[in-house]
Amino acid sequence: MAEEMRVLLEYADKINPEIADEYVKIGGYVGLEKARKMDPNDLIQEVRSSGLRGRGGAGFNAGMKWSFVPKNAEIKYVVCNLDEGEPGTYKDRIICEKNAQALLEGMAICGAAIDSNQGYIYCRGEYPFIVKLLKNAIKSAKELGALGDFNIEVRMGAGAYVCGEETALIESIEGHRGEPRFKPPFPGVAGLWGVPTVVNNVETFACLPSILTNGAAWFAGIGAAKYPGTKVLTLTGDTNNPTYFEVPTDYILRDVIYKLGGGVKGGKKLKAVQVGGTSGAFIPESNLDTPIDFDSMGAIGAALGSGAVFVMDETRDIVDIVSRISKFFEHESCGKCNPCREGTFRCREIMEKINSGKATQKDIDNILLLSRVMKKAALCGLGQAAPIPIESTIKHFADEYARKIV
Amino acid sequence: MADYKDIIASCKDQKGGIIEAFHALQQEFNYIPREALTEAARVFGISEAQAYGVATFYSYLSVEKRGKYIIRMCESAPCHVAGADELLKAIEKELSIKVGETTSDGKFTLELTECVGQCQATPVITINSEPLFNVTAEVLPQVLSAYK
Amino acid sequence: MITLTINGKEIQVPKGTMVLDACQQAGADIPTLCYDPDLRLAGSCRMCVVEAKGRPNLMAACVSPAENGMVIETESPDVVESRKIILELLLARHKLECHTCERDGSCKLQDYCYRYGVTDSRYLNEMPHFSKEDPNPFIKRDYDKCIMCTKCVRVCEEITGAQAINVEDRGHHAKISTVFDGKLADSTCVFCGQCVMVCPVGALTSKVSAGKGRSYQTQSVLTTCTYCGTGCTFELNVKDDHVVGVTSVRDSELSPVNKGALCVKGRFGWDFIESEDRLTTPLIKENGELRPASWDEALDFAANKIKEIKAKNGPDALALFSSARATNEENYLAQKLFRAAIGTNNVDHCARL
Repeated sequence: MAEEMRVLLEYADKINPEIADEYVKIGGYVGLEKARKMDPNDLIQEVRSSGLRGRGGAGFNAGMKWSFVPKNAEIKYVVCNLDEGEPGTYKDRIICEKNAQALLEGMAICGAAIDSNQGYIYCRGEYPFIVKLLKNAIKSAKELGALGDFNIEVRMGAGAYVCGEETALIESIEGHRGEPRFKPPFPGVAGLWGVPTVVNNVETFACLPSILTNGAAWFAGIGAAKYPGTKVLTLTGDTNNPTYFEVPTDYILRDVIYKLGGGVKGGKKLKAVQVGGTSGAFIPESNLDTPIDFDSMGAIGAALGSGAVFVMDETRDIVDIVSRISKFFEHESCGKCNPCREGTFRCREIMEKINSGKATQKDIDNILLLSRVMKKAALCGLGQAAPIPIESTIKHFADEYARKIV
Repeated sequence: MADYKDIIASCKDQKGGIIEAFHALQQEFNYIPREALTEAARVFGISEAQAYGVATFYSYLSVEKRGKYIIRMCESAPCHVAGADELLKAIEKELSIKVGETTSDGKFTLELTECVGQCQATPVITINSEPLFNVTAEVLPQVLSAYK
Repeated sequence: MITLTINGKEIQVPKGTMVLDACQQAGADIPTLCYDPDLRLAGSCRMCVVEAKGRPNLMAACVSPAENGMVIETESPDVVESRKIILELLLARHKLECHTCERDGSCKLQDYCYRYGVTDSRYLNEMPHFSKEDPNPFIKRDYDKCIMCTKCVRVCEEITGAQAINVEDRGHHAKISTVFDGKLADSTCVFCGQCVMVCPVGALTSKVSAGKGRSYQTQSVLTTCTYCGTGCTFELNVKDDHVVGVTSVRDSELSPVNKGALCVKGRFGWDFIESEDRLTTPLIKENGELRPASWDEALDFAANKIKEIKAKNGPDALALFSSARATNEENYLAQKLFRAAIGTNNVDHCARL
């Protein structure tokens, strides 16, 4: 079996994430100490030159994101996105369960960089046990004095995938319907309660302590040059090894499936793999030799996204799965903008029609046209990404559709 | 049973924390009673219509009475390929209710959910947010019998 | 100032100008459904999308600040395709009964479908069923025609302040609703009808005007509301010399006091105009019976009675109740008359209630 490279999860199951002291004993909170002694501009530069890019959806350079925060603002917030709702994804949960203190430390490092002493963790409503764990972890870190004057409050979502979008997440923390805001203004300028706010996800924050401890150059040297570091993946579907892995970002998708995953379950052949969660493109066998990093995946029309890897064997009905996925987006559309609210609904209708063998080529044309408009005109990433599984399967698995249409 | 006013008051210092208050209310009542929604709107300084808009937006919040145990069946793609449809049918048969309904004894409410982030052991159901792994039609009666 | 190019035309606008305004300045007519200059921006209908060179997605003009050097096309093939599909999607959820709709001829959905030649929707299948009778005398809520622009929610919050409605549920199930989807009459609604004013389609209409004439059958007569001294401007909708409705004038030049906002009386209370019970002369009560009188006779009668009472029982036996239908200046004079000329502080006003 191929080797993982564990940075975030190096001490998984060896320390209790709720106890700050145990984390300190393995070298925790050294990065924060170092960060606090640095000039904030140098700190931001350090993170920027590490090449750390957001481990959520957009893959934006984290240091660059921080640099947009106005220096003179009186109040600023650090917000952690723990709303991982992409089906097949649970890596942020794993990072919390194995190494929650690294997340807290990473948030405090961000606080030092942008001069904020208040952080919020927005945890999805599906994880009440993580909320408990985090509250204990924060209490322990505060008691140890590890976080200094940096405070962290945990807020809970309530079953809304769209709240993984940073502005919808902010709306939800504010106690509103989780509807995305239009951008600009970006949260870095006007975010939570209208003040400058940095939103990063759990994995991004958790990378920071090791970057500070080992230096930007160390981090920049791991994995793919343009998307350095490691990535936590979760393997689901028809795999022999449905679990999580941490690998360098230049790891090849084929190796994820066949080496780490031990191949397709039951010795069957692979039909497709969907990376990045349910909004990701379906990747055919022919593209498996692609590294998992953001840009390499982008180059084959896919996305690394959340790092979920959903394996489908040769017996799987692609149209049926995409039909199910279209129902997911219908359920999760917030309903604010027309292309997404109406589009996800009609996509589901048409996909079900195709799946039930009642559709014609005209329906395929109609759904492709709708997909194009949703991608171009929807307000947020949800509506723009919802058609990707449809488009990518019509492209790569046309015969599966052809079989079902009349 | 705790008073809804006390529950809401315990959340009032969390700025914009009406969703926290709704969670706390659901811990006690399993749904958000009407008078509690009115009180929460007052405490957090928003209109009742807005509070209602928030309560109906999130799929884990309910303004309708539910059973003692809320079963949520995940139907996202990884659970779907692991047999979520068959399991759902088995649950419906076992409890003689459809999705969205509550058993006549008020014990179980059946809801659908999207991914709950436990995809290492599909298909997954949750009962009052506690995830249960690799649930099959065969083990279902035994699983449910643990909930009295 | 910043410079940008719109449909090949270079224009200059002040920093902070939105692309929508810049387009209008450049003479490009951008369709909008959720945009209202007096309300918080939503950016949600996506009808105003335009193409900015170098950007992968279309941008909603109403919420995008103009930037130096932007090159914008407002009717490119991508833009037109998106607008057409958005219109088709809206048609697929909109109960099409233009032939009996009050808003036929003054409906933005109809106008834009005409403009872009959208005759039919390829996405027509299941329709939402949100409509139900709301038992109130003023506002008809037909949410099967609603296109979810949320202007009604915003106007209710931001201009009227009643906060009676919001969006319930989410996604395709989302609809406009009062708390627990109750009747408007049981909510904080004050029936000002601002929601009817801003609704771009026939989802919210006046019950009082129903069936009495559409916009193209009526003439609008600009006038001042007589209900109180505020002096709101509105338009009486006149058909065949009969008043059949009231609409708002939102232009602040023409409607400086209220900019189109009205109260329930102004917007819905015009049916007194042709009421048979309407008083046309003063009346004097004699032996328990009211009889018509001239203004001179009635005023003399009242003045004499006031003098008589003051002489017999003193000024405090008299009291003034004045009306909000008079102006502030008239009310000032009325209290002055009672305090200075008659000599009593027994003064009150209906607006105090």
